[in-house]
Amino acid sequence: MLHVAGVSGLTIIDQLPMLTIVVPMLAAPLCVLFGNRHIAWLLAFLASVFSFLFATHMLLQVMDGDVLSYHMGGWEPPLGIEYRIDAANAFMLFLISGISTIVLPYARRSVAHEIKKVSHTLFYCCYLLCFTGLLGVVATGDAFNIFVFLEISSLSTYVLIAMGAERDRRALTSAYDYLILGTIGATFFVIGIGFLYMATGTLNLADLSVRMANMEGNRTIQAAFAFIIVGMGLKAAIYPLHLWLPGAYTYAPSVVTTFLAATATKAAIYVLMRFMFSVYQPDFVFELHTLTWIIMPLAILAIFAASLIAIFQTDLKRLLAYSSVAQIGYMMLGIGLASKSSLSATIVHLFNHGITKAVLFMVVGAYVMRAGSSFANNLNGLGKQLPWTSAAFVIGGLSLIGVPGTAGFISKWMLIQSVLEADLWWLAIMLVISSLLAVIYIWKTVEVLYLKEPDVSTLAMKEVPLSMLLPIWILAIACIYFGLNTEWTLSMADVAAEGLLNGGGK
Amino acid sequence: MRHHLILRVITKLLVGPILLFALYVQFHGEYSPGGGFQAGVIFAVAFILFGIVFGLETVKKVFPPWLVHKFAALGVLIFAGTGVVSVMLGSNYLNYNALNPDNPQLGQVGGIIAIELGVGITVAAVMVAIYYAFASRTPMINDEDW
Repeated sequence: MLHVAGVSGLTIIDQLPMLTIVVPMLAAPLCVLFGNRHIAWLLAFLASVFSFLFATHMLLQVMDGDVLSYHMGGWEPPLGIEYRIDAANAFMLFLISGISTIVLPYARRSVAHEIKKVSHTLFYCCYLLCFTGLLGVVATGDAFNIFVFLEISSLSTYVLIAMGAERDRRALTSAYDYLILGTIGATFFVIGIGFLYMATGTLNLADLSVRMANMEGNRTIQAAFAFIIVGMGLKAAIYPLHLWLPGAYTYAPSVVTTFLAATATKAAIYVLMRFMFSVYQPDFVFELHTLTWIIMPLAILAIFAASLIAIFQTDLKRLLAYSSVAQIGYMMLGIGLASKSSLSATIVHLFNHGITKAVLFMVVGAYVMRAGSSFANNLNGLGKQLPWTSAAFVIGGLSLIGVPGTAGFISKWMLIQSVLEADLWWLAIMLVISSLLAVIYIWKTVEVLYLKEPDVSTLAMKEVPLSMLLPIWILAIACIYFGLNTEWTLSMADVAAEGLLNGGGK
Repeated sequence: MRHHLILRVITKLLVGPILLFALYVQFHGEYSPGGGFQAGVIFAVAFILFGIVFGLETVKKVFPPWLVHKFAALGVLIFAGTGVVSVMLGSNYLNYNALNPDNPQLGQVGGIIAIELGVGITVAAVMVAIYYAFASRTPMINDEDW
């Protein structure tokens, strides 16, 4: 059922699709105007909490397959910009704002440690802009608006990554790499949208899918498909387009890495899914071929190649970054199979991997705070010095491997089920083998943390403050909770996958 | 540039009219060529020209960097705030009709002037900030050191 927010006499509930994005957008300039780092943090946190509450409320509204439509400036779609919230993007808004709300209390101490005081206000301003951009990309139902928000989030991400330069100057080259590749990605995406506009004369996603329904043989929309997949693929770090990711995640401040790893690539994958299954019809022959012969092989390659590379990393952050590339492979595999069950597996994995990687990167941030770096050599025996933090790492690691009882198990189980549904038993075996690779790199780290003799300098290290420990543990417990109680995530993912395949509830 | 008397005199003469022209472009934007972006760039050009001729330190006294940052944020706030006003008046975000329900056309004009002002302020401030950032950069190796 479609709920359209009326033109006059709107209640606050009607305004939620817009408020979720506008509240952090307003908070960003206010941070700079106040110019005080404590107020900036508070504004960022409050904006994040409000967005989270709004997103949760919308998620409850659309859980039964309803769709919320909000007309920007009162202009009717398809001419005006429409914000269209269905189960799929409400779920993403929930994930992004939820992660941000948990990361920000952690950020206070971590940022104070890693970034000099003068830059704190600008840091939180950029963080809020990045947050706004990611929420906007997900919420909007207008193709060009996606590009605009994508640029807002990307530009602020480049700055955020470069802020790691105080700890390690290589952050600057990493940010520059990402700037170049990210800009190429965004350009490809906007070229694709230009082609779509040329062929159909509309930018509204729902309207696009209606007008493109019988344009399968049209070369323009085929070219647009290629441009959009490559452009968004760069942003989502699909395997051969992932080169910016390890550097960016390794040298960015820990808070930024945590937030980006849990949300940014996920938003890009959501956009890919939206274009592949809602805008383009998944039964278009050229799309089926792309999914089967390009996306699937690359996904399998990503899972194995990136996991293998991760095994040989000595920097914990870089190890987890490569593991992220592998996990994105799992998500792309679900997209490549293009069935309803595989799509819901991807959506569940988006969520479960989001919380899992957030735990792991937050723990690494805690190690950086105490040990000064994330190099494996400096972490010898830290498990005894930081017992609570390290225990959370073990939980996150188990979830990453996919041990039963953790969130990671559920999404891998779903994925294997959908693979078997497609009669690809050899692929199911390969997925199980790939999990063993994750066992190797997680075990390697656990060995460093618990079994190596601590150095003299390590012995003096204390547990991190409670404001960092609490967010870590909230997510660690979430990793276990969503591994045991799967009812909510699975039903949510089912509704979301159905919404995507039905073109966002036409 | 101390010896370039002509440049100095002409610059002093030009800065005022450039600022005035920027304001003209700004406030005629909604019904003639122009608007916030163009006006902001022209406005910033006055400061950049002044900086090139009289030196970076002088122009930083006129328009200190901290103030530049505040103005950059203020412009965004004016733009976003216009939307919030229309929400407060019980309409959709950035629906200018709500600004003047009796005469929606006038509301549209008012809304556009407000957001263009926001755009102008931000663009001018960001342009000056970019100029400051490039001009203040200390060269890593002096030309004489090669």
